[in-house]
Amino acid sequence: MDQRLPISRRHLLLGAAATFGVPAVLAGCGSDSPAPGPGGNLGTVTIGSNASDEIPKRTLETVVKGFTQATTRINTVDHNTFQENINRYLRGTPEDVFTWFAGYRMQFFAEQGLAVDISDVWQEIGADYTQAFKDQSTGVDGKQYFVPFSYYPWAVFYRKSLWEENGYEVPATLDELTALARRMQGDDIIPIAFADKDGWPAMGTFDILNMRLNGYDFHISLMQGKQSWTDPKVRQVFDTWRGLMEFHQPAALGRTWQEAAQSLAQKQTGMYVLGMFVAQQFPEADRDDLDFFTFPEINPAYGTDSIDAPIDGYMISAKARNVEGAKALLKHFAQASSQNVATELDPGTLAASSKADTSGYSALQKRGAELVSQATHIAQFLDRDTRPDFASTVMIPSLQSFVSEPDEIESLLASIEQQKANIFR
Amino acid sequence: MAAKTRRYSARDMAVLVIGLGVAIVVNVGVIWGPALASIGLSGTDWSGIGPIEWVGGQNYHDLAAEYPPFWSAVRNNVLWLGFLALVATPFGLFCAVLLDRRLRMSRFYQSALYMPVVLSLAVVGFIAQLVYSSDYGVLNSVTGLSVDWLGDSSINIWVVMVAAAWRHVGYVMVIYLAGLKAVDPALKEAAAIDGASERQAFFRVVFPTLRPVNVIVLVITVIEALRAFDIVYAINRGRNGLELLSVLVTENIVGEASRIGFGSAIAVILLAISVGFIATYLSQMFREER
Repeated sequence: MDQRLPISRRHLLLGAAATFGVPAVLAGCGSDSPAPGPGGNLGTVTIGSNASDEIPKRTLETVVKGFTQATTRINTVDHNTFQENINRYLRGTPEDVFTWFAGYRMQFFAEQGLAVDISDVWQEIGADYTQAFKDQSTGVDGKQYFVPFSYYPWAVFYRKSLWEENGYEVPATLDELTALARRMQGDDIIPIAFADKDGWPAMGTFDILNMRLNGYDFHISLMQGKQSWTDPKVRQVFDTWRGLMEFHQPAALGRTWQEAAQSLAQKQTGMYVLGMFVAQQFPEADRDDLDFFTFPEINPAYGTDSIDAPIDGYMISAKARNVEGAKALLKHFAQASSQNVATELDPGTLAASSKADTSGYSALQKRGAELVSQATHIAQFLDRDTRPDFASTVMIPSLQSFVSEPDEIESLLASIEQQKANIFR
Repeated sequence: MAAKTRRYSARDMAVLVIGLGVAIVVNVGVIWGPALASIGLSGTDWSGIGPIEWVGGQNYHDLAAEYPPFWSAVRNNVLWLGFLALVATPFGLFCAVLLDRRLRMSRFYQSALYMPVVLSLAVVGFIAQLVYSSDYGVLNSVTGLSVDWLGDSSINIWVVMVAAAWRHVGYVMVIYLAGLKAVDPALKEAAAIDGASERQAFFRVVFPTLRPVNVIVLVITVIEALRAFDIVYAINRGRNGLELLSVLVTENIVGEASRIGFGSAIAVILLAISVGFIATYLSQMFREER
């Protein structure tokens, strides 16, 4: 359930695939594209990739081309299909290296013994990453299983020109945010763009409110099923959110994030809590006008120390035939020079390595990198920080029901808690 | 003849084994096998990885008592069936009767009504979004309303059913039209000579002769209602008021969620509903043949 990209067409494909029972043959239905390379002494390394969109696909091919120690073969599978079938894929005949996400999503599979421990790789590449990145690559057993490649932060986006025209200032606290929102309403601007037709964008708002109010540790422990959803702290998150609802764009459940982003681009809305990919919806000429700030402080105990910044990267499957070659490839992915190739081709992402050269970044990328470097804790986004079944079958319907009926908090939280108990048993 | 025991030659046996055997193997392998496996899995807590643990009726309890989308899915499936059977199908019949009267431009109407049938329901779903979207949809911009047709969970199922019916009407119309063409004109003439009004002639004479067509249409309607999936999946993945049992099965089993035991329990409920309809239909058929 990780749709950060415009994929309504994929949903259709997925629906069709599901109807015909196609997903079972995932491993066989990708397209093989041998990447040309001189071929080194480490044989052949295969890569299972979910980079099916044009830009990420070309990025991966370019990066892999620079790898000379072994011959490589990339098997690209539709992004969502890859994700939906990851269980079957890893137990079947997976490629040596595969694309995946950091955090709980990675730990879940590492715990099942489906990934190879790469702590030795980390001894070499460790110095290139901050502690936050290392934590997100570490399994519950304290070993590393993942190499971060790129990421993007979530923040509150706005158009500089609109704010300058009206003299709006970046809010530093919740009260300032509320005051600003009221002013915007007075100026006939919908303060906060909002869309949750796809089910996941509202998770971003929940995450940031929970981290601002209760801190990163509580948030992660809640995500891991260790805290109760009926806890007054969780209630407070929804209460705060309900207080902000009047400033949100109405009819959010019928709107996609792309449409909400359009409304921001057209200056109908004042700000939007979303990932950096919001820039995709802005015409080239307007991109320089796009800026962001981190969600304002609510609880002084936590300030603005945490943000959502989902990390994408690579892992080695437990069934890999060429582990040595795969480890060499992961080291190649960890190199700043490889990641720089990627950030140049794909302006919606940032390089995970702290050694990466940021001089080629766009203004927005630079600000993004700065924001992340200031954060003490980096969360991965709700559907990556918790069990996938909990995120998709419980949280999506529950958050949508909150959006349509913000007053029914008590019964909603009781229902989430009951369903959580059925899943985390 | 009756007293004589029939003997099968080796060739007969071979034909029997191949003819019947293959059918039985296929039937058991692709229909009964998976159905029974689903029933078995619905009593377990299997995640697709790791050991299978028996939990008895736990899944059924969980979905009935603690899984809010379940009851809205049941309600929506029933609504869907009711809407297609009581609104769309009669309207299709009505269109067929009108077209059968050779109106001017009846070819044109016929094509216009039949056109949506060639579209897949997923495509109808995309068209529905163009019409109903609250920000850029045709409906809101023409009428000046600002209703969130697809996002408001109390109305979205109705507008989606209208879109599904748009396609269903054409389908039903064509089948009835073929049936009506086959009705002997002499019957209508005889009814007219006997002094029956138009209405009487239709309901007392023509409609009863359409019986075989009615059965087909009824079966199609039930099938369409139970297999509905693509249109809601295309619109919002079958969430927020558009839940259907078929979508919940997919959401739980096929996705990354892999709640195979839980999803199987929903599938079993869907199976039970389908079997209910099929059994009623078959027993009806057999009773009449006797």
